[in-house]
Amino acid sequence: MRAQERPLIACPQCDLLLREIELPPNGAACCCCCGATLYRNRPDSINRSLALALAAAMFYCVANAFPIIGINLQGSGNAVTLLQAVHDLWNQGMHLVAGLTFITSILVPALELGLLLYLLLPLYLGKVPVGVSPVMRLLQAIKPWGMVEVFMLGILVSLVKLVQDFRIIPGVALWSFGILTLLLAALASSFNPRDIWLQLDKDRDGVID
Amino acid sequence: MDWPGISAASQGYWSCHVCDLVSRPEPTDPQPRCPRCGTRLHQRRPDSLQRCWALLIASYIMYIPANLMIMMETGTLISYREDTIMSGVIHLWQSGNPGIAVIVFVASILVPLFKLLVLTLLLLSVRRGSTWKIRTRIQLYRIVELVGRWSMLDIFVLTILAALVQIQSMATVRAGTASIAFGMVVVLTMFAAMVFDPRLMWDQLRKRTGHE
Repeated sequence: MRAQERPLIACPQCDLLLREIELPPNGAACCCCCGATLYRNRPDSINRSLALALAAAMFYCVANAFPIIGINLQGSGNAVTLLQAVHDLWNQGMHLVAGLTFITSILVPALELGLLLYLLLPLYLGKVPVGVSPVMRLLQAIKPWGMVEVFMLGILVSLVKLVQDFRIIPGVALWSFGILTLLLAALASSFNPRDIWLQLDKDRDGVID
Repeated sequence: MDWPGISAASQGYWSCHVCDLVSRPEPTDPQPRCPRCGTRLHQRRPDSLQRCWALLIASYIMYIPANLMIMMETGTLISYREDTIMSGVIHLWQSGNPGIAVIVFVASILVPLFKLLVLTLLLLSVRRGSTWKIRTRIQLYRIVELVGRWSMLDIFVLTILAALVQIQSMATVRAGTASIAFGMVVVLTMFAAMVFDPRLMWDQLRKRTGHE
């Protein structure tokens, strides 16, 4: 393809008008004016993202179903799952803090994984899911509010604070959260919204022809 | 920096913030939509500066109670203590966890302050039409977007501790009022960074250098 025919693109951070270039696998195109990353070329993005999203969904369920940490002090103890922790805090009257934790570490990650699976599973099977645009819009809007990795660091800081006064019983969910954090990071780097749009363009053009 | 290139806006092109498609809507269209994904198009984020100022001022106001009021109450059979964010960090340091103390200090004190100051600097520089160190400023903006979420750390620690440490009268942890203000600071500054449009800085540069 000649340079003239390649599609136009505008840098989202400085609005420089550019033409797209061909990228090598795993390459990224950066804006020559402000240095923002414009788009990436992730080989096999849909398959890999689907595999990672499925694995992440499984660990998400485990991480939410089992207690994260248990503590023990002279025979008395307590252990909580994430949802219980949010619920307890809500009952203590700290609605805003409980709400924030619920949204950022339970609701948004679940929604994100659910929407990704809704998009990727049909695409993997060669079909186009209904309502790609609203789903992509929603995914983009909620993305900054999924904070599993920050919550993981929160668990570690809590552990250090607790270990001085209590006997700690690490729960299954503790390990699951660790693995979930890694899987979500890998998913974020492999998922490439651009591939979804290109796939959609291809299918649409196919219908027109 | 004297050649910032040609902006899409100056050529009548609008880019979609969801699917990145660049299109050229009819100039008469009052509410252009992206031809690929149907998203409402904006050349610049709507009312970027006003919204950002409003959120930023609200964050500054909340930042004061967040730092002065009690973040966490810890009670055991023999002791009771109330900690603000800073006294909690100092307590961590003194009780032999300097590493964790530094992490909490960075996430809860440095990052929110850094966000407030950088956003103020960005807003003031756009308002003054400044072209000063534009590359440094855009890098600061990216750092603010990247690190903002990590301030939530203290909120999560509080959730875990306040829910877990409830062993009759032997040990209890309660969240203090500062946690509400602190949570507001984190959320408001995240929204402020989202509504700020970095393209406005480059528009100033293009205007100054007379390219547009």
